[in-house]
Amino acid sequence: MSRPTPPVTPVTPVTPVTARRVPKTGRRADAAPETGASGPSEQPLPVFVTTADDAGAGRRGTGSGAGAGAGTVRRGAGTPAGAKRSVPTGAWAVGLVALLGASIVVAVTIGPAGLAPADVFASIAAHLGIGEPTLSPLRDGIVWELRMPRVLTAAAVGAGLALCGAVMQALTRNPLADPYLLGLSSGASVGAVIVIVLGVGLLLPFAAFVGALVALAATLALAAGAGGGRAGSLGGAGGSLTPTRTVLAGLAVASVFGAVTSLVIFWSATGDSYREILNWLLGSLAGTDWTSVAIAGGAVLVIGIPLLTSAKTLDAFAFGDTAAAALGVHVGRSRALLLTATALLTGALVAVSGSIGFVGLILPHGVRLIVGSRHRALLPLSALAGAIFLLWVDTGARTLFDPRELPVGILTALIGGPVFALLLLRNRGLR
Amino acid sequence: MTDARKADALHVDRVRFTRGNRLIIDDLDCTVPAGAVGALLGPNGAGKSTLLHLIAGVERADAGAARFGERDLAKMRRRERARVIALAEQEVTDAPGLTVAEVVALGRTPHLGAFAGPSERDRAIVARGLEDAGLLDLAHRDYGSLSGGERQRVNLARALAQEPELLLLDEPTNHLDIRAQLMMLGLVRELARGGLTVLAALHDLSLAAAYADHVVVLAEGRVVAAGDPHAVLTPELIRDVWRVEASVIEHPATGRPLIAYAGIAAPLPMPLQA
Repeated sequence: MSRPTPPVTPVTPVTPVTARRVPKTGRRADAAPETGASGPSEQPLPVFVTTADDAGAGRRGTGSGAGAGAGTVRRGAGTPAGAKRSVPTGAWAVGLVALLGASIVVAVTIGPAGLAPADVFASIAAHLGIGEPTLSPLRDGIVWELRMPRVLTAAAVGAGLALCGAVMQALTRNPLADPYLLGLSSGASVGAVIVIVLGVGLLLPFAAFVGALVALAATLALAAGAGGGRAGSLGGAGGSLTPTRTVLAGLAVASVFGAVTSLVIFWSATGDSYREILNWLLGSLAGTDWTSVAIAGGAVLVIGIPLLTSAKTLDAFAFGDTAAAALGVHVGRSRALLLTATALLTGALVAVSGSIGFVGLILPHGVRLIVGSRHRALLPLSALAGAIFLLWVDTGARTLFDPRELPVGILTALIGGPVFALLLLRNRGLR
Repeated sequence: MTDARKADALHVDRVRFTRGNRLIIDDLDCTVPAGAVGALLGPNGAGKSTLLHLIAGVERADAGAARFGERDLAKMRRRERARVIALAEQEVTDAPGLTVAEVVALGRTPHLGAFAGPSERDRAIVARGLEDAGLLDLAHRDYGSLSGGERQRVNLARALAQEPELLLLDEPTNHLDIRAQLMMLGLVRELARGGLTVLAALHDLSLAAAYADHVVVLAEGRVVAAGDPHAVLTPELIRDVWRVEASVIEHPATGRPLIAYAGIAAPLPMPLQA
């Protein structure tokens, strides 16, 4: 705590802002706040007097140094809207973008072939037509055809999954919501596997989207219907669903869809069907190419960027459907639209990576600890953190047991499972 | 009171609302005069919260209309309506990860564009809402760490940040100690003087009689009496509506009606017929 120690005599004002307030009189010392607020502000209103008891002497506020006397005021009380966070959101964003850029370059160099960052830059420059090719065709191929698509796909999938998780957590008011736990990823896998078997690969992202949407609808209907709550339509569901019911419903849906995926592959496959099944159920980025980058990256840009503009709406859901409606949000339509968007995005991501779990759960919660729950900051930072996270976990997946590859979902589950348990312990009030 | 706005009156005309097969609001008429503090009274399940939700546009009435001045509330766009009407709920749900100032800033939602962040003016209005509700010292506390009474004040501050012309309060004195209750209602009355029409669902009849200019008594989804507290709050009405024996005396200091309860009245042989 770098804050100055609270004064011993509790009435001593600490900042000029407090000096203009006279505590304990019930009257405002001055008429208007210094910012020059408009509105009828001249008449003295009776205001609440916050006494030492109210201010939380003996009660712990997170990071605000409670326990001070009546005269002390939290830092920056004159500008209350969002001054608590010690590092501004913009700085985090710039830092994470820089870290993502550096991670992409460094991750491409990792693995056999002994590449250096300079080689990566040279290859990028050559392919963008702003430099002469200096690498041998073999080494250039490793950079440009193998590793770069894979690293970029990992980043796009990580960003998209984290974004989906953050949006779903807000819309369902459920800290355990995530595309994997609610069954969307499994539904998307079924859709994807079926069109691959039928040989209509062009429809891959679309089929995965339909699968994700069906799974989402099934999960919400199951969670709402069995509880005697409202009908499980996309529009009405969410507000009355308890987190536990929703996760259990997601488990049921994911199990069935996972089994269907396995059956379809087993029935149709000619080669190593077990490996195929493993890759879809656990998620793997092996074999990704520039088409994968286009699908995952395109989906993140086309769906993710509009999702970022929904931050204000998602904030309004913080106190439930009634409060959101009273703030002017079209609750049913917004929820249906935004959940459909997450299903669409999940579908596109699963189509290239299989169902990678827990990314949508871990990253938004981690980012929330740092910048709080306002979605204007939470959504973009979760996406950036998700990109960096999955990029490095996938780098681990392809190098840890070199030359063998681990499905990346095994590593995300290894990290995500304990985080899930931690969330359960922290949210003891969850029903 | 230099720049007091001119307030509008609230008119509810023949509003009807059913949920499932249950009729909750039954052809209800009521009025809150411009700039008045209206108290919405009635036993549990009388339809108070539902009526507030219908006026705020959270629920849609099956029939009838609510007007505020000349404006038909059902015909307004949602955002536009949320700039005119604010609803402070009684429920104090948890919202993890938000500070008090951030919760109050949610009240600016209907005023913000899709892309723009809060402006200086938005921040100033949030600061004012915090100050009016006595929350400046708590502005950076985590909402989840507040007591029930503190959350109740945050709900009011959030509603004030909407800059409403009509303020709907659902049991605003819940969870408050008596001093905080008097301050809450005193503040609400001051706000009304400044050009705001208020309708507050209340349980405490004496408090309602002390602070409200106008009372509306609901029972089983209908208005059974409305008007000046002196005229409306009679022992007969209290017996009929709440099934409670009470004397209504004049407060020796304020002259407002004071309800002294004597006991439970015998239940009606038949329920009040709808």
